[in-house]
Amino acid sequence: MSSPRLSVENLSVEFSTDGAWHPAVRQVSYQLDAGQVLAVVGESGSGKTVTALSLLGLLPATARVTGRALLDGTDLLGLDAAELRAVRGNRVGMVFQEPMSALNPVFTIGDQLVEAIRVHRDSSRAQARQRALDLLRLVDLPDPEQRLRAYPHELSGGQLQRVVIAMAMANEPAVLIADEPTTALDVTVQAEILALLRDLRDRLGVAILLITHDMGVVADIADHVVVMRDGRVVEQGPVAAIFTEAHQDYTKQLLGSVVSLTASATAQPVPEPDPGAEIVARDGHVAVAAHPAHRSIPDSAAVNPALLLDNLSVSYGGRFRSLVVRAVDRVSLHVEPGEVLGLVGESGSGKSTIAAAVTGLVTPSGGQVQVAGVDITRLGRRAARTARGRIGVVFQDPASALNPRATIASSVAEPLRLHRVLAGAALERRVDELLDAVHLSTSLRNRFPHELSGGQRQRVCIARAVALNPDLLIADEPTSALDVSVQAKILDLFADLQRELSFACLFISHDLAVIQQVADRVAVMHRGHLVEQGPTRAVLTAPLHPYTRRLLAAAPVADLAEQRRRRQAWQELNAAGHRG
Amino acid sequence: MSETALPQPSALAAQNRSVPAAIWRMLRTDRWALAGALTIALLGLLAVGADVLTAIEGQDPFSYHTDALDPATGGPAGVLGGISGTHWFGVEPLTGRDLFAIVAHGARTSFLIGLAATAVSVLLGVLLGVSAGYLGGWYDRLVTWTADVLLGFPYLVFMIALGVVVPASVPRPLLLIVVIGLFGWPTHARIVRAQTLSLKERKFVSAARAFGAGPWHVFTVELLPNLWAPITVMATLSIPGKIGVEAALSFLGVGIPPPTPSWGRTISDAIDWVRSDPMYLILPGAALFLATWAFNVLGDGLRDALDPRTGVRG
Repeated sequence: MSSPRLSVENLSVEFSTDGAWHPAVRQVSYQLDAGQVLAVVGESGSGKTVTALSLLGLLPATARVTGRALLDGTDLLGLDAAELRAVRGNRVGMVFQEPMSALNPVFTIGDQLVEAIRVHRDSSRAQARQRALDLLRLVDLPDPEQRLRAYPHELSGGQLQRVVIAMAMANEPAVLIADEPTTALDVTVQAEILALLRDLRDRLGVAILLITHDMGVVADIADHVVVMRDGRVVEQGPVAAIFTEAHQDYTKQLLGSVVSLTASATAQPVPEPDPGAEIVARDGHVAVAAHPAHRSIPDSAAVNPALLLDNLSVSYGGRFRSLVVRAVDRVSLHVEPGEVLGLVGESGSGKSTIAAAVTGLVTPSGGQVQVAGVDITRLGRRAARTARGRIGVVFQDPASALNPRATIASSVAEPLRLHRVLAGAALERRVDELLDAVHLSTSLRNRFPHELSGGQRQRVCIARAVALNPDLLIADEPTSALDVSVQAKILDLFADLQRELSFACLFISHDLAVIQQVADRVAVMHRGHLVEQGPTRAVLTAPLHPYTRRLLAAAPVADLAEQRRRRQAWQELNAAGHRG
Repeated sequence: MSETALPQPSALAAQNRSVPAAIWRMLRTDRWALAGALTIALLGLLAVGADVLTAIEGQDPFSYHTDALDPATGGPAGVLGGISGTHWFGVEPLTGRDLFAIVAHGARTSFLIGLAATAVSVLLGVLLGVSAGYLGGWYDRLVTWTADVLLGFPYLVFMIALGVVVPASVPRPLLLIVVIGLFGWPTHARIVRAQTLSLKERKFVSAARAFGAGPWHVFTVELLPNLWAPITVMATLSIPGKIGVEAALSFLGVGIPPPTPSWGRTISDAIDWVRSDPMYLILPGAALFLATWAFNVLGDGLRDALDPRTGVRG
């Protein structure tokens, strides 16, 4: 092997704030060869993105970059603005996290691709258009001719990310920098995009610099791994070495804290449904037979459920009947007292709408929501308010879930004040107890949310949610905005509290690994229907519905051999899907 | 996990500081805003202490001093409009009333109407804007529609007409405050409504609603503390406009009736004397200019301190 494509040597980045220089990246060195995927892994704030942006001169003016970054022998850091522009989008392609915001909403896909090509090449519009068509074929976008005339909002997230990758590949770059390219996507779409990146590496020999926080993605695609923390490279080496014999404690800790799906993806025989039967069942484990489903599974309710949804429907839409979207379509489910029901689904499946209906943030268009036997959609104002006190809520993004102008103590005390349960010194004591229960120091009482870390903020949100000793807790993706190491701790805290206070919980997540760890029972949603429901072990090891099987196979795990098996299962499922 | 870890200290710090702390910090670092604040304090002192200050001078704004006039022209005797130890700003032509007393008592009128009309329009604007943004639906459409109509309304013509129609038994300052305030709320309502719409999507508002909070609790506890910054800025920036409208109405003769001193009416009278007695125009004009300038620079400074996205000065 000759000299590497991209060689980063002793790269340091400092930011100036109020006259002082703060290091963000210190003495980072790594090398990337043609036809390889180098994964840079780290938690937020580790400097992994800053390093990549500094290569292309994309940092704000307050940054100072030192060191060398050789791309085929040219030092990128020594280039002036015009020379850098010639490199960006030409020798180096870039793929960002959020495909929707990476494309201009007012131009068609075709115009934007043609623009990307013509910036760096002297070609006629017709030639560029032909090239754009080839690129869309290269990234396996169906109906490329029609997609050229489409606007970004007419495509799904996965399709958009394919367009962004096509744009990055427009001028046959030597290096493709992909910054969390699949983080904003659903797992099944993520699996497809990762397959595409692997394909591009193998077919075109492009070197890919992949920035990610997800060890599962690393196990799936990387050849070489760089682990970063606090702006330093902690460890680097071939992917097999990192996964099997990591030397540094931090790497081990990072791998150890990954909440991983342990259920294997090997296909289990599915009982052949009677032709004509709409429902498949196996010992308390029920699924819809058809895929895509047109109905939800029936629910066999317990005697005194903490939460009972009976034929719940929620529709969004304007005044015209034809435009009404059924986000949730006749869903029935229940949560028994003290039980955790995991609700799984991808974005748009209606799982968060169910949470909003239970917490009263949206009004159902049909059906019932019973909390402790009372239908809360039909209560008067005062009774509804009392009923709300029995339900606690934890949201996904703790930064947005706390009032930025309220202290931690007053945020935690808010439900207690609202329901006039306590006041004065008793209230203060209860707040201290709650902070203690979520393992936060009571010295944080008078701090504001921005002074806390993401994990601490989520602890505050949990304390607020359990303040009134609720019978039912709604947790809507409570860990997906957190770093992996923090995620594990929050899940532990959640499990402890659940055992101690024994509230019933509707735990919503897109992450099967998280669900596996906390849930007693799992319900799977797909496009507004509940397609499968059963005990966690049964659903995750022997799924009945085809969609659940896809979901399981697509979830990457941080284990090389297991991930290879999963990839195979995924390819088989896809092949079967294409035949059928 | 979407963080790119780029530090944005100034933006973050400004966003998260409490409003009084941010104002205090701004006054220490922004010299222009400090100058504005000091000018406002001085003019405020002039307005509040008008009686005391004119008593020290030994004058009042109503008594005639024909002895201070030049009998040949009717203008003030002496240089610079008759500035002297007894008449600090000189005297008014034809009447010989003390100009310092007129400017000081005029400051009282201007500040009273400017501040009170701003209070009325900000109060209305915040209440209507928040409720429209938060409640939505037909009520929101009604409020936005009314605001749009009022914004396009020829309010000066309307106020002049109203000044003629309303009986003299209604106190003029009260009428001016109510009318200027009623025409001022739409801009405030628009800004507050837009802010409310974006705050409403934040999860802490959803959380409060999920815990059973009603609209009033959401308004006072969740929304209002996050609206103080834009409210402070827009209130400060709208005061000079209100002072200007009062001066304009008095200039046109439909504002504060004589003999109550008003900068606008004095400026109107002084136009006739601008060649022979320029100080008669310059002194009240300078007071009006200083007041509007001071509120504007202070408002700009507040906006830079409280809303870093629109900052222009480094």
